[in-house]
Amino acid sequence: MAVCAAIVGKDNSPKFFCCVNPDEELAFQFKVLSSLDIIEEKLNPTNKSASDNRELYLGQLYSLETCKIYGYVTNTKIKFIIVVDSTNMALRDNEIRSMFRRMHSEYADMVSNPFYIPGEAITSKMFDANIKSIITGTV
Amino acid sequence: MEDTLLDLLHSEIINYTLQNGDEKDKKEEDLSGLEYIGFSTGYRIIERLTKEMPRFKDELDTMKFICTDFWLAVYKKQIDNLRTNHQGVYVLQDNAFRFLSRLSSGKQYLEAAPRYVAFTCGVIRGSLANLSIQCLVTAEVQSLPSCKFHIQVQRM
Repeated sequence: MAVCAAIVGKDNSPKFFCCVNPDEELAFQFKVLSSLDIIEEKLNPTNKSASDNRELYLGQLYSLETCKIYGYVTNTKIKFIIVVDSTNMALRDNEIRSMFRRMHSEYADMVSNPFYIPGEAITSKMFDANIKSIITGTV
Repeated sequence: MEDTLLDLLHSEIINYTLQNGDEKDKKEEDLSGLEYIGFSTGYRIIERLTKEMPRFKDELDTMKFICTDFWLAVYKKQIDNLRTNHQGVYVLQDNAFRFLSRLSSGKQYLEAAPRYVAFTCGVIRGSLANLSIQCLVTAEVQSLPSCKFHIQVQRM
């Protein structure tokens, strides 16, 4: 069970943000946006060791005292970020990966919706509910 | 069944967009609307098609994806020939392009061919744009039903 999920667009502008506890949203936004530098570094083609790994899932980006941050970047340079509480030891790498994959499926469905204009912030309530149930593990 | 539906929908889209265009300048048909429908289709569909793909190494890798998996998903076949000068120009040749394969293969309908390839030009341009490759796509039809797509990548 994760505490926060975010989608960041091609140009590093936030597209979607969802937090299990709404009071902590600002603190998480800060953490998520500061992890973008690490994603950039991992995607840099001159960085030899990183560019060999061609999986969309980037693994753990970094960990703080209170939380761990994981990243995933699609072929279209859309970044997905999930924040997990560090006291939560039960969550395995594979589960995080499948969370990202489900998030990506949701996102692909969202983009295929003719009423959604690609590049704009996502405001769909249904999308929000689906992402919430993915990160809290209720599906 | 679904293949036929796409063919029919495609020709209806062509009829629809050309109907709405200005009737006066008959000589030069306005295909930009058609191209734009293709662009937004390509821009959206690529998100779904690249979902299970590993990250692309470079531009050529992306083009190979367009020629194989992408073409297979949309046109049920692969591109027959891909050529490049390694400087940003790619030529994709399809010897039996799906949207042209229903037209009789003489000279008779050659001048109607541009309207059947404009949508696809847009789809290619939209897909590549979402994969962060800005390009110009033009099509060339010398004899039905084969078609060549020229992709010219815009370098910043």
